[in-house]
Amino acid sequence: MAEDQYKPHASRDDAAEARYDRKAFIVMMALFLVAPAVVYPVFVMKALCFALFACAFNLLLGFGGLLSFGHAMFLGMAGYVSAHAAKVWGLPPELAILAGTAASTVLGVFAGMLAIRRQGIYFAMVTLALAQMVYFFCLQAPFTHGEDGIQAVPRGMFLGFLDLSSTTVLYYVVLAIFTAGFLLIYRVIHSPFGQVLKAIRENEPRAVSLGYRTEHYKLAAFVLSAGLAGLAGATKAIVFQLASLTDVHWSMSGEVVLMTLLGGMGTIFGPVVGAFAIITMENYLAELGSWFTITQGAIFVVCVLAFRRGIIGELEAWLRRRRAG
Amino acid sequence: MTEIFGVPTQALFGQLLIGLINGSFYALLSLGLAVIFGLLNIINFTHGAQYMMGAFAAYFLLNKLGLNYWWALVLAPLAVGATGVIIERLMLSRLYKLDHLYGLLLTFGLALIIQGAFRHEYGSAGLPYSIPEILSGGTNLGFMFLPKYRAWVIVASLVVCVGTWLVIERTKLGAYLRAATENPAMVQAFGVNVPRMITLTYGFGVALAGLAGVMAAPIYQVNPLMGADTIIVVFAVVVIGGMGSIMGAVITGFGLGVIEGLTKVFYPEASNTVIFVIMAIVLMIRPQGLFGSR
Repeated sequence: MAEDQYKPHASRDDAAEARYDRKAFIVMMALFLVAPAVVYPVFVMKALCFALFACAFNLLLGFGGLLSFGHAMFLGMAGYVSAHAAKVWGLPPELAILAGTAASTVLGVFAGMLAIRRQGIYFAMVTLALAQMVYFFCLQAPFTHGEDGIQAVPRGMFLGFLDLSSTTVLYYVVLAIFTAGFLLIYRVIHSPFGQVLKAIRENEPRAVSLGYRTEHYKLAAFVLSAGLAGLAGATKAIVFQLASLTDVHWSMSGEVVLMTLLGGMGTIFGPVVGAFAIITMENYLAELGSWFTITQGAIFVVCVLAFRRGIIGELEAWLRRRRAG
Repeated sequence: MTEIFGVPTQALFGQLLIGLINGSFYALLSLGLAVIFGLLNIINFTHGAQYMMGAFAAYFLLNKLGLNYWWALVLAPLAVGATGVIIERLMLSRLYKLDHLYGLLLTFGLALIIQGAFRHEYGSAGLPYSIPEILSGGTNLGFMFLPKYRAWVIVASLVVCVGTWLVIERTKLGAYLRAATENPAMVQAFGVNVPRMITLTYGFGVALAGLAGVMAAPIYQVNPLMGADTIIVVFAVVVIGGMGSIMGAVITGFGLGVIEGLTKVFYPEASNTVIFVIMAIVLMIRPQGLFGSR
């Protein structure tokens, strides 16, 4: 996906990179910890859920080079399952979220096995088509309640002692889930597994000739990404007490691509920045209806034509230039 | 009333006809996608929006300029094709050196802009477009009623598909095109203006989408989102057929339309998803697609 943006990284000192990541992570966490004092917490929670969703997506696109155009199926399906588990089965929120995550992981195994049989553009079309199939399933299946969605999902007590009806408690639980997901992705990217993924992204035939079973790696990345996207969707359903068709629709798949592209594909923090930017924009443009769609489209066009590194990618490039010069 | 497999023949042939109609549009749209993909190596996500633009162009020609359906059939594809030429010159041509996925992202963004703009202007409700007079009414074939306009759509799209196939496979122009698909640098070295050919190819593929839109206008209502879901089905059609062959795209388009129609008769719940299920099965058995090479 991104030959033009990864070459510079190769020369970068690993230790310096780790230092930079640690600093950025501390800044990010500090911001999130104090955010509810400054910004409306429900808004930040929404953005956190989408940030995790975008990070999960970026694991696949930015590090595996696989553009999925159907990630909404994991977000939405997990939302439905966790909402159903909490409301109908009466499970506590932590188990409901786990159920949703498990459901999207299983869905990820099936979708992944089909999608990785094709590469590049076909991969994108296959995932889009599979997601559309899931959309129609959710439209027709009785447990999703069609157009109404699952409403008034109870939040309950997290782990038996954290009362999620308090917005403050809920906020820090969501932040903990996001941080856990984020750190897991960071760990995966920097593991030997992540290195092989990058190798496949850069040159799949060469990775094959080096003896790697690339399909296995791609499938594992796909399933991991699906599961983490599911974690985001399941958490979102508990936070907003709602699971609806919006989250399974193809426009949601497009939105997560946009968040990642805008923030910076293949960067650690880009998807988080992108998610916050898009959710903020949505907040202000939502009542303008079609203008939000038009703006999204315009950002896509501008990013692809002139801003391919995204916000964080450009920032990193600028920092490197400054250090070098 | 006669029945086949417990289904009244009227209903069966009725759905079969609807399937053939849908199939005509799948064929026209996937043909355009295949032509564009062959030379540009990008998947044109804007295709659905351009199909919609064709229908709107027909609507404007009738209501603003008083030009009837037959004029629209010629002018609307030209207009939509012209916008395609502009898009290719201004934007797509900057992306050929990059990963092909950027082309997909760009055209997706353009689709959002175009569909958003039309929805902003005309809302989500459909605008009516009446069937031209000569083609209104129909004939009773004895076993079913055949509306003339629907018969026309099937015949016309078959003619366009076969015509396109003939041009690409049997003419000198088509030979240049096929050669440029194989090796653009070599064709350029022989003195053919490949960039211009690429521009015109994109314009032609897009014009096909516009033509499909004009033909669709009297059947479905003219709606800003009419292409949004259709294009996803067409993507599945393209995956099933594989984009290697023009004829493959056409046959798969019609075939899947008919299968979808039959599903509506025998198991209506699955009619929305049957094409995606077939895609999954094809991916398992023959990942390169029914007509794909590689």
